[in-house]
Amino acid sequence: MEEKLLTRHFDLKNLYKIEVYLKEVGYQAVKRALKEMKPEEILEEVKNANLRGRGGAGFPAGVKWGFVPQDVDKPKYLCVNADEGEPGTFKDRYIMSHNPHLMIEGIIITCFCVGIHTAFIYIRGEYEAIALRLEQAISEAYKKGFLGKNILETGFDLDVFVHRGAGAYICGEETGLLESLEGKRGHPRLKPPFPASIGLFQCPTVINNVETISNIPQIILNGAEWFLKKGLPKDGGTRIFGVSGVVKNPGIYELPLGTNLKDIIFKYAGGMKEGKKLKAVFPGGMSAPILKADEINIKMDFDSLVEAESMLGSAAIIVIDEETSMLDVLKVVTRFYSHESCGQCTPCRIGNSWINKIIKRIAAGGGKRGDIDNIIRLASNMMGKTLCPLGDAAAMPILSITKKFRKEIESYTAN
Amino acid sequence: MSPEFSDQTKKKIEEVLSRYPRKEAAILPLLHLTQREFGCISNEEEKIVAEILGIKPIKVREVVSFYTMLNPKPVGKYHIQVCSNLSCFLMEAEELIDYLKEKLGIEPGETTPDKKFTLTTVECLGACDQAPSMMINFDYYGHLDKKKIDELLDKLK
Ligand SMILES: Cc1cc2nc3c(=O)[nH]c(=O)nc-3n(C[C@H](O)[C@H](O)[C@H](O)COP(=O)(O)O)c2cc1C
Repeated sequence: MEEKLLTRHFDLKNLYKIEVYLKEVGYQAVKRALKEMKPEEILEEVKNANLRGRGGAGFPAGVKWGFVPQDVDKPKYLCVNADEGEPGTFKDRYIMSHNPHLMIEGIIITCFCVGIHTAFIYIRGEYEAIALRLEQAISEAYKKGFLGKNILETGFDLDVFVHRGAGAYICGEETGLLESLEGKRGHPRLKPPFPASIGLFQCPTVINNVETISNIPQIILNGAEWFLKKGLPKDGGTRIFGVSGVVKNPGIYELPLGTNLKDIIFKYAGGMKEGKKLKAVFPGGMSAPILKADEINIKMDFDSLVEAESMLGSAAIIVIDEETSMLDVLKVVTRFYSHESCGQCTPCRIGNSWINKIIKRIAAGGGKRGDIDNIIRLASNMMGKTLCPLGDAAAMPILSITKKFRKEIESYTAN
Repeated sequence: MSPEFSDQTKKKIEEVLSRYPRKEAAILPLLHLTQREFGCISNEEEKIVAEILGIKPIKVREVVSFYTMLNPKPVGKYHIQVCSNLSCFLMEAEELIDYLKEKLGIEPGETTPDKKFTLTTVECLGACDQAPSMMINFDYYGHLDKKKIDELLDKLK
C-alpha cells in the first residue's frame, strides 16, 4: 500500500481528542514553527513545497500568502474553506471529523506566518455534528495554550471561530464565502481586488481549503524537499481522492499526486460494481469536464488533467456505468447548476435554467432538431462571461458531455 | 406576542455577537439558533433577529431566502432530506425518493398532515461514499435501501 500522510493516523481511536492527538502526533509542528522559525522562513518552506490548493483551482498556497500586504495597519484574516459543496466531494469531512487538530495546527502555523490573529472556519451548514466536534477541539486547544493569548509564550495571539453556512454551493467560491461570512447573500465579488488585499471586512484575507491547510504541519516537520518527493516536482504531496459512484469500494484514497486514474478506480476502489461496465468519469468533481472510459489512463495531477482538457478540481472521482443514460446525467448536472446559480450574472442565471428546461423537454420525449446546438451555444455563452467561475463550472460538464456523447444525446432527440 | 429566546440561547447570542467586528456578520449563526428554537424563520422571527442586529427585517428576509437550509415555514418533527445529486443518483436515489413519497403519501416539499414528516430532495450532502444518502434532521444515514428506510422510519415516534 502507498504511504499515507494526512490520513496516516485516521484509524487511531479518539484521535479527535487532544490527549490522544498529543500522545500520538503532538502539536510538534506548531512548536517548531512558533519557537524555532521566523514567519519568512515558513513562507519560504511552503513556497518551495509547491503546495497547490486542494479546493479546486490549484493555486500555490505559498504564493497566495505572499500576496498579503504586510505594511497595513488593518487586521488580517484567515478563512478556512470547509464548505465542501462540489458534488462528489467528501474528503474534508473525513479530515475534520477524524483529525481536527491536524487542521488546527495548520491554521496556527498559517496565521503565524502571515501575521493573522483571527481565523474563521466556514463550514457547510449540513455538517452540524462536525462543526460541534471542531468547536470542541478548538476549546481543547485553547485550554492547552495552543490558541488564545501569548501562544506557547511566544507573544503570538490567535482566535479561531467556526462559522456555519446554510446551504448554498456558491458560498464555497471564495468571494461568495466572504460575503456570506459578512452576513449577506453569497454573491461573489468582482476580482480584482483579490481577497489577499481586500477580503473579509475589507481587510487582507487568506482563503484556503481544509486539505491545503492540513498539509502545512508536515511541511514544517519534514521540509519542502521531502514534500516534493511525496508528489511531483511542480505539485508536492499527496491528494485525498474521493471515489464515488458505481464502484465496489467507494471512499477516500490518499495517494501521491500523479497516480493513474485507472489504478485509482480499478486497483484502489476495487473496480466497477458487480456486472457493471465503465462508461465515463468525472475526475475532479462534477464541474470538471468528463472523461470517457478510454480516456482514463491518465495521471492525476493538475497539469496532466489540464493537458487532457479536464481538471483535477477537488479530486472527487465520480464513476458512471454503461447503463446510465448521459441525458439523465445532464439532467442532474443542469438541475444542480440552475438551482445553485446565485443569479447575479445573466449568462449563468438564464443559461443554466434554459439548458435545464431543454434537457427536461428532451427527456419527456419532446426533443427537437437543433436542441443540442442550442445547448452548446448557451453553455459556450457562460464560459468566461460571469463574475465568478460558477458559469465555467456549469459549462464544462455540459459542453464535454454534449461533445463526447453527442450521438447518444441525439438519439433521444430524434423522433 | 413576539416569541422570546430562552435564557440559554440569549447567552449564546451574546457570545456569537462578540466574535465579529460587525454585528451583521452574526446573522447566519443567529438564524441557526432561531430556527433551532422556534422551528422556522417566519416574519415574526425575522423581526427579532433584525432587532438584535440593528438592521431592517427585509435585510434578514434577503438572507433567509438565499439559503436552502433556512425554513420560512415550519417543517415536520422529522425533516427528511434525500440527496438527489449525481453520486446518489447513480446509486438509485430516485427509486428511494419514489418509495418515500409513496410511504409518506406526500411529494417533496410537503409535510404529512400529522406534522410528523417533511420530505425534501436536496443537492449533494457531501456523503457520496455512502450513497444513496439522506439526513433526518441533522443525522446522516447512508447506504440506504427500502428495508433500511422502513427500519429507520419505524423507529421514529
Ligand atoms: C462555484 C465554486 C464553488 C467552490 N466550492 C469550494 C468548496 O466547497 N470548497 C473549497 O475549498 N473551494 C471551493 N471553491 C474554490 C474556492 O473559490 C477557492 O479557490 C479555494 O477555497 C481556495 O483554497 P485553496 O487554494 O486552498 O484551494 C469553489 C469555487 C467555485 C467557483
